[in-house]
Amino acid sequence: MPSEREFWPLKATRDVGDARRAVHAAARSAGFRSADAVRLATAASELGRNAVIHGKGGRMTLERLDEGAGIRLEFRDEGPGIPDIEQALVDGFSSTGSMGFGLGGARRLVHSFQIESGAGEGTRITVVRWRR
Amino acid sequence: MTPRIPILELEGALLVTVQVDLDDQLAVQLEEDLGAALARSSARGIIIDISGLELVDTFLSRILAQIASMSRVLGAEAVLVGMRPAVAVTLVELGMTLDGVSTALDIDRGIARLHALLAESP
Amino acid sequence: MRRPADTDFPKGLYMISDLIGENAEALLDDWLEAADRVSRARPELAHERRLQARSFIEQLGQSIDDDTRPEDVRSAPWSGVRETLDAIVDTHLDEGKAPADIAFFVMSIKRPLHRLLVMRGGEPDDMLRVIWRVDLIVDRLGLYTAEIQIRRKEQVIARQQEEILELSSPVVQVWDGVLAVPLIGTLDSYRTQQVTETILEAVVETRSEQVILDITGVPTVDTQVAHHLLKTVAALRLMGAEAIVSGIRPQIAQTMVHLGVDLGQVVTKARLSDALKLAFRRGGLLVSGGAAN
Repeated sequence: MPSEREFWPLKATRDVGDARRAVHAAARSAGFRSADAVRLATAASELGRNAVIHGKGGRMTLERLDEGAGIRLEFRDEGPGIPDIEQALVDGFSSTGSMGFGLGGARRLVHSFQIESGAGEGTRITVVRWRR
Repeated sequence: MTPRIPILELEGALLVTVQVDLDDQLAVQLEEDLGAALARSSARGIIIDISGLELVDTFLSRILAQIASMSRVLGAEAVLVGMRPAVAVTLVELGMTLDGVSTALDIDRGIARLHALLAESP
Repeated sequence: MRRPADTDFPKGLYMISDLIGENAEALLDDWLEAADRVSRARPELAHERRLQARSFIEQLGQSIDDDTRPEDVRSAPWSGVRETLDAIVDTHLDEGKAPADIAFFVMSIKRPLHRLLVMRGGEPDDMLRVIWRVDLIVDRLGLYTAEIQIRRKEQVIARQQEEILELSSPVVQVWDGVLAVPLIGTLDSYRTQQVTETILEAVVETRSEQVILDITGVPTVDTQVAHHLLKTVAALRLMGAEAIVSGIRPQIAQTMVHLGVDLGQVVTKARLSDALKLAFRRGGLLVSGGAAN
């Protein structure tokens, strides 16, 4: 069975709300427990906002894994990239004055967190949360 | 025109019931509106009911913390009521414990808490 | 010597399907007799077992073909056979049979099948090949029963884990607006997450503002356990409830100090009764001792 994918644009902060609502709905319909659906949707909110504000816009890809046993989200942007990833994941660190707990916090809300970024190359963050 | 969250006045307090998922702009607008309403009215307290909110992220929790500090600066108190269990555990995992914000289970207890806080403050 | 390849088998020569269909009753008797010699079914289950064995033979006759390959037993057309095996496994498990016995029972149909094939006759080479083929198929079915049993056991373990979880964190409403949660056993991260969520849900359901977390039954409080407690307390506060941690025994307090564990601003009490008194007072309830001493 081919996995279903949904694409959500992340151009303005308004798009972040649409994307996180889609993630919450997808997680609930896949049978995630209430708190787990909120964890994943909140991670999506943080990462989506990061793509809009820090990455100057991008998109989110939502993919169901193993018939809904897990959900994978990919956030891509063509922005300036994150020069120091380790530092960006430290709680309280913010380069824009608004993202202090965003990346590090989002990482704690998911089961797997991958980040690829380089100066001038944009950023791609992929996260997975399983239903348990 | 930007949509706005309505602010009601009840027993000397401003009551805000958030029923929709708050987009960033709407949240910022609410903070401004509350500041203006506090300055305009004789109310010395704010109750923000978020029992309808499915999700609170770091952005919104910062706005909520700012509303609380702003109220104090204006000689008032704010109480956040009705946070859902799933939202509470997620915020704690995010590291956002909102230490400076008073909380209560529901609107009734929020009003009681507000009165207690106002009685304590000079 | 030329080794006969599977593909050499002449299709339709034995018509195994018809052979089984026409001799179903005889095959059944032969099979159950052979099985009973090894281990007799409990009399009250003998009838059930016969019915199940009969429907297995029926399904086998309908699914098998002269060119069935062993791996085919996992395919969709064999679902009927697999279902009868599910039922056979359940009956045997109810009887308390060992896993090997169940596979052995299914595989003991080989000899009766051999006899049927020999009765039909034919070239020794062909006969040898069809018997090999049938043996491989039956072996796969025997293996399948082992898999069912493993799956059943996993289901039991998962259910017991859920039950243990519920038993180990009962949320007790001790008074209107006052909850007490005796935490018991080791608090690993997955379990505490679920326990925390259960407590928070109970706060909403019972509209309780006071929550006592009693850790008398927790053997050690290390930094990880302390961290979980702090997180639960913080989540309760966000919802508008107040927490009290009780049951910190002297040895535990000592260990905590040695480990540098800090419960920070959390209100702690040595005994559950002290925590209850505080919770009542906070909740505006008056506790009067009838026989004060």
